[in-house]
Amino acid sequence: MIGELGQLALCFALALSLVMAAAGLTGARPNELNNGAATARGIAHGAAMGMLVFVALAFGTLTYAFVTSDFSIAVVANNSHTLKPLIYKITGVWGNHEGSMLLWVLVLSLYAGLVSALGRGGERLTSAALGVQGLLAAAFLLFILFTSNPFLRLDPAPFEGAGLNPLLQDPGLAIHPPMLYAGYVGLSASFSYAAAALIVGEEGWARAARPFMLIAWIALTCGIALGSWWAYYELGWGGFWFWDPVENASLMPWLVATALLHSALATEKSGAFRTWTLLLAIAGFSMSLIGTFLVRSGVLSSVHAFATDPTRGFFIMVLIVCAIGGALGLFAWRAPTLKGGAAFDTVSRETMLLLNNVFLVAVCASVFVGTLYPLALDAYDGAKISVGPPYYAATFAPIFFALLLLVPLGPRLNWRRGDLKAALRALIPAAAIAVIAGLAVLMIATPRFLTGVCAFAVAGWLIGASAVDLIRRKGARSTAFAAALAHAGLGVTLMGVAGTTLWRSEALAVMGPGDIMHVGPYTLRFDGVTQEQGPNYRASRAHIALMDGARVQTTMTPEQRIYPAEGQDMADTAIRTTGLQDLYLALGDDRGQGHWTVRAYVSPLAPFIWLGGLVMAMGGMLSLWRRLRVRAPVPAAAPQPAE
Amino acid sequence: MTPKKRRRLAFAAALLAAGGVLAAAIIYELGQNTEYFRSPSDIAVGRVQPGIAFHLGGLVEQKSLRHGSGADVRFTVTDGKQTVPVEYNGVLPALFREGQGVVALGAMNGAGTFVASEVLAKHDEKYMPPEVVDALKRSGRWQESGGT
Repeated sequence: MIGELGQLALCFALALSLVMAAAGLTGARPNELNNGAATARGIAHGAAMGMLVFVALAFGTLTYAFVTSDFSIAVVANNSHTLKPLIYKITGVWGNHEGSMLLWVLVLSLYAGLVSALGRGGERLTSAALGVQGLLAAAFLLFILFTSNPFLRLDPAPFEGAGLNPLLQDPGLAIHPPMLYAGYVGLSASFSYAAAALIVGEEGWARAARPFMLIAWIALTCGIALGSWWAYYELGWGGFWFWDPVENASLMPWLVATALLHSALATEKSGAFRTWTLLLAIAGFSMSLIGTFLVRSGVLSSVHAFATDPTRGFFIMVLIVCAIGGALGLFAWRAPTLKGGAAFDTVSRETMLLLNNVFLVAVCASVFVGTLYPLALDAYDGAKISVGPPYYAATFAPIFFALLLLVPLGPRLNWRRGDLKAALRALIPAAAIAVIAGLAVLMIATPRFLTGVCAFAVAGWLIGASAVDLIRRKGARSTAFAAALAHAGLGVTLMGVAGTTLWRSEALAVMGPGDIMHVGPYTLRFDGVTQEQGPNYRASRAHIALMDGARVQTTMTPEQRIYPAEGQDMADTAIRTTGLQDLYLALGDDRGQGHWTVRAYVSPLAPFIWLGGLVMAMGGMLSLWRRLRVRAPVPAAAPQPAE
Repeated sequence: MTPKKRRRLAFAAALLAAGGVLAAAIIYELGQNTEYFRSPSDIAVGRVQPGIAFHLGGLVEQKSLRHGSGADVRFTVTDGKQTVPVEYNGVLPALFREGQGVVALGAMNGAGTFVASEVLAKHDEKYMPPEVVDALKRSGRWQESGGT
């Protein structure tokens, strides 16, 4: 019964999405040309809310089926188990292909609802944006109903479910997918607004779409940071980023979204880059769609690749071609009719934002090629290859480094025409901090790495410039504060990445009771392994004492877990952090007679990687808060002073 | 030519040059950092040079796992037709099993042994790395219906 209810809700949602698309696009026409336009707008708004209600109902239904372990529904039987803790029953809803696509559509509907409720542009712009959002929703609802129906029945229903991949039974991963989707799919709102601006010919779209760009960017930042943190403590390799194609699939939309945030600011404040910003908004969501294709079509070997089904990959491929091709076609047709970008001086904030965009797009291109080249080669002659991390170290890192060098300069130049000398003079304290940071690393850290010195100097430059900004412009508008915070976050992450990558120490040994291991500044004593019983797993728990001379400072307990329902083993790491340095232990295999392999890492500054992401996200939130507080649209003023 | 046009032209030229440098760097680095997936049969027919890093895919042969005195292990990877001995000093992933799929990163030494720097197993029981499937298909040991 419950399954049929969900299925019915999805069908209603599909009907409403089609109504929303038709009504929204009709409402985009001027009242003089179409008498019904005003009515159509009202219908589009109503349909957006209705679709949200029905998709939420379908999602709620599936969640209910998971919580009550209704194994007559195939997805539940294949991905859940009665013994699983409640939270993992709920997160199991999106721990599989069908459920995760339903989550995708739920987020898409949420953004449609947000556009309807908060949309600030002209009524025709909002209506057209809703229409495009309706088209996207309809496409994905069709995809779900025809290739990935989460409400398919199993007859007879099994007595027990097959369980959820233990790697996914983790609090970090419980919120990672919704967060990432809020970012991925959030870019659909910018996409819809850009398409709407092309349809209606309205220029104020960048201001109207900005809150949605910010929400998407914040969510993407948090989602990527969470995913990286999860990989760090869960996979047992001590690494935080593997240049896995699936990771890249989330990084590319972030890079484009970051470029979009900056370019849209220029469009909004000074009227520059009008067409370029439109193109970026289209590119941002295109990256999300391509990412979804890579992850969901099963062409990649990854923990994210659930079942492989060629029809699904084909369907998403068609969807991508239609969405991107349609948007680009619209762009080619309508963009030339829009007003060109406003002029600006060579030394101006616009130039800096342009450079920001050039570098970000270049970086994204290098990731794009590295990610898709193996797929292209496989399709071309069947050769299986992989592109290793050294490729990214050689292409991504230097371009991103150059970008970071320029970051502090941008906010100090005025729109249209800036004063380079004054900007550089204002940055002298930041340069001093950079030199001090570089020298400090040169003196303290061993072994010496030139890249490490450069990284810390650049981090000092970024954080110093932000600090100068905050002190100098007390009481300044919070946008400046938000930018300073986000840019400082980059510096914090850079320190974490440099510290962990360059100065990590590692030890590996087979240890029996009483054996001692040294790693970095730490001394560890192996005190044996006990057997423990978890709610749905059995664990071999190692007791490893962190020694302070002859005294035991603390005991750390890395585990090897066996999940009988899923028939899988998993390592659970033990991490002790001082905030500045992580001691990381993973238990390996049983070598008999109480001996086990133990792997230990000391990662300096590791927490900074994710702390920086959090600081960046806070900058975004501050900017968003200010945007939402100012309810009335501010008229675009004459050249504004630097903010 | 107006100054504005001249500036635009200069900018376009700079962008083009930068794009060229980027494209060249990407192509060069791709060439440097491409690692091929090879099966034991590929190695047997001499498609792999010693010292060149690649990914070895196949099944861990039954009863081939031997532990050394330290953390070092030896095992054999097979695609059903040919086998390759593998040496590895490190912790095997939790899902590493004899008879199951595995992908190892490393290079051949002069003595015909694959020295692995990293060993990856599949993420769960139902899932087989596509590279392993490919290796097994080519050696005719893959049954579409049976899967693993």
